Amino acid sequence: LSRDHLDEDAWEEVEDVLLSADVGVRPTQELVERLRTRVQVLGTRSPQEVRDLLREELVALVGPDLDRSLRTARHDGRPAVVLVVGVNGTGKTTTVGKLARVLVAEDKDVLLGAADTFRAAAADQLQTWGERVGVPTVRGPEGGDPASVAFEAVKAGIEAEADVVLVDTAGRLQNKAGLMDELGKVKRVVEKHGPVDEVLLVLDATTGQNGLVQARVFAEVVEVTGIVLTKLDGTAKGGIVVAVQRELGVPVKLVGLGEGADDLAPFEPGAFVDALLAD
Amino acid sequence: MFDTLHDRLAATFRDLRGKGRLSDADIDATAREIRVALLEADVALPVVKAFIAAVKERARGAEVSQALNPAQQVVKIVNDELVRILGGETRRLRFAKNPPTVVMLAGLQGAGKTTLAGKLALWLREQGHQPLLVAADLQRPNAVNQLQVVGERAGVSVYAPEPGNGVGDPVAVARGSLEHARAKQYDVVVVDTAGRLGIDADLMQQAADIRDAVQPDEVLFVLDAMIGQDAVVTAQAFLDGVGFDGVVLTKLDGDARGGAALSVAQLTGRSVMFASNGEKLQDFDVFHPERMASRILGM
Ligand SMILES: Nc1nc2c(ncn2[C@@H]2O[C@H](COP(=O)(O)OP(=O)(O)OP(=O)(O)O)[C@@H](O)[C@H]2O)c(=O)[nH]1
Ligand SMILES: Nc1nc2c(ncn2[C@@H]2O[C@H](COP(=O)(O)OP(=O)(O)OP(=O)(O)O)[C@@H](O)[C@H]2O)c(=O)[nH]1
Ligand SMILES: [K+]
Ligand SMILES: [Mg+2]
Ligand SMILES: [Mg+2]
Repeated sequence: LSRDHLDEDAWEEVEDVLLSADVGVRPTQELVERLRTRVQVLGTRSPQEVRDLLREELVALVGPDLDRSLRTARHDGRPAVVLVVGVNGTGKTTTVGKLARVLVAEDKDVLLGAADTFRAAAADQLQTWGERVGVPTVRGPEGGDPASVAFEAVKAGIEAEADVVLVDTAGRLQNKAGLMDELGKVKRVVEKHGPVDEVLLVLDATTGQNGLVQARVFAEVVEVTGIVLTKLDGTAKGGIVVAVQRELGVPVKLVGLGEGADDLAPFEPGAFVDALLAD
Repeated sequence: MFDTLHDRLAATFRDLRGKGRLSDADIDATAREIRVALLEADVALPVVKAFIAAVKERARGAEVSQALNPAQQVVKIVNDELVRILGGETRRLRFAKNPPTVVMLAGLQGAGKTTLAGKLALWLREQGHQPLLVAADLQRPNAVNQLQVVGERAGVSVYAPEPGNGVGDPVAVARGSLEHARAKQYDVVVVDTAGRLGIDADLMQQAADIRDAVQPDEVLFVLDAMIGQDAVVTAQAFLDGVGFDGVVLTKLDGDARGGAALSVAQLTGRSVMFASNGEKLQDFDVFHPERMASRILGM
């Protein structure tokens, strides 16, 4: 938006910024339409004012009054249970490790459940994270039933009077019915101990339009309560969460900003939008 | 709301059908639909723009045949153009005159490099080669163990002199693997590296150092088929930072349309060589440009 008057090229530039951030064609067109109307009504002329309006519209889109807090407090005499889900390689295991670090810093007793019994060395990876942040990991036999590992982990958490049990699950593509059924079962089996408090869907910020499909299907199968947007430390903008939040009404709660234990932060709509609009 | 380019074009062509030829207005209307569909398939915006310009050019210059209706003609033009960019014919792996042949894998975090290392090893072994996997990701927790498990499943040896998890020098491991391979007569060396971001200058330098240490015959850029607009930014960064000779597209067993294949092929001119389409080591194939074109087009 470097021009001094608003010709069609200037509007195309606005559109290009949004499309290049993976906001998607339809949300982009709707945003630009709304912006054009406002510019007309307000008689706005300068690119700076339009830039401010665009920012305002985007913040309103991603930052409505959604509850972004995590339910991680012990309640009814048992630990809070957090289930972490998503497609392959998005950052689930890493997020569990980072989240455990945050909770430990809040003086909570945390326990990890290694319900990815499928991927090579997945349980080792989680256990390494556990050791790194100083919490125990419950694991089962390799290739074993993930639901029973998750069940055992929560049971151990109840017995140890832990505050939170974080259950890591295997990556699975949402179009694999068998694997999605397996995930539904993991949740149902854990629920024998009581309701699951949080189901966090981990979305990779580099993901394009398929992210919306992922969110739809996972939400259907396990009732997602929050999104974690990872790898925001890269060049990707993660604009797909605009559509995800709007369609599912599920808030982005956390963002991943690196591979280190401290690289997890609360989602801040203003900062997210500023990064999305930055060159 | 149309989900696929096929649906979109079909809708546009309903209006075109019967006219017998493509007017400029027809071409513009069609171009708009192709643009939207490519964007929804995650083709990167600059690539979409270039693609549309090329298709418009061809559509204008095209001999209008009486035998085909305009719809079929545009589909053919779009499809041909996609296949052309996607590489026409698949390139084969280059083997060194003096073994070992060195293949280095590079890409973003979680793209599927380590899994691919296992797939390549199995595929090579089945062709009578003696591959060696090299554990040069010493950073991600238990990446070394993961490669060892994958190697075991593939029935191949893994060179893993360092435990990883922050311990050991990946450049030294990569260098050492060549001596090991020569001594033990492995004829192909596949170097697994840590995932890294395009903008991480330190880690890009490390990748370049690994490359210089092993002088690979092939650097393969491993790319998740679900990636969106960032594909071009990241591909360019890897091209500048370490360079690559071919691309491997992973997670094609998903339902992402995979427009990134087009983005990267167009931007870099490097061909996509292999398709990774599942979590098991057998889920691996050479890349088929025609199939990919159809997938992007939703046909
Ligand atoms: N740069 C960056 N890398 C990340 C972030 N989160 C995770 N990673 C990296 O992404 C890769 C995959 O992370 P994992 O935590 O193993 O992902 P996962 O979803 O558990 O993967 P699967 O269990 O195989 O499906 C690893 O190399 C992580 O270090 C992040 O926020 N930023
Ligand atoms: N469905 C599917 N999953 C895949 C495919 N390739 C890899 N994966 C999965 O994707 C996840 C990440 O794969 P890795 O091989 O660990 O990826 P990586 O690039 O080595 O990851 P880092 O070393 O952390 O950067 C794992 O869960 C794999 O099982 C594929 O073609 N299809
Ligand atoms: K970013
Ligand atoms: Mg994992
Ligand atoms: Mg790896």
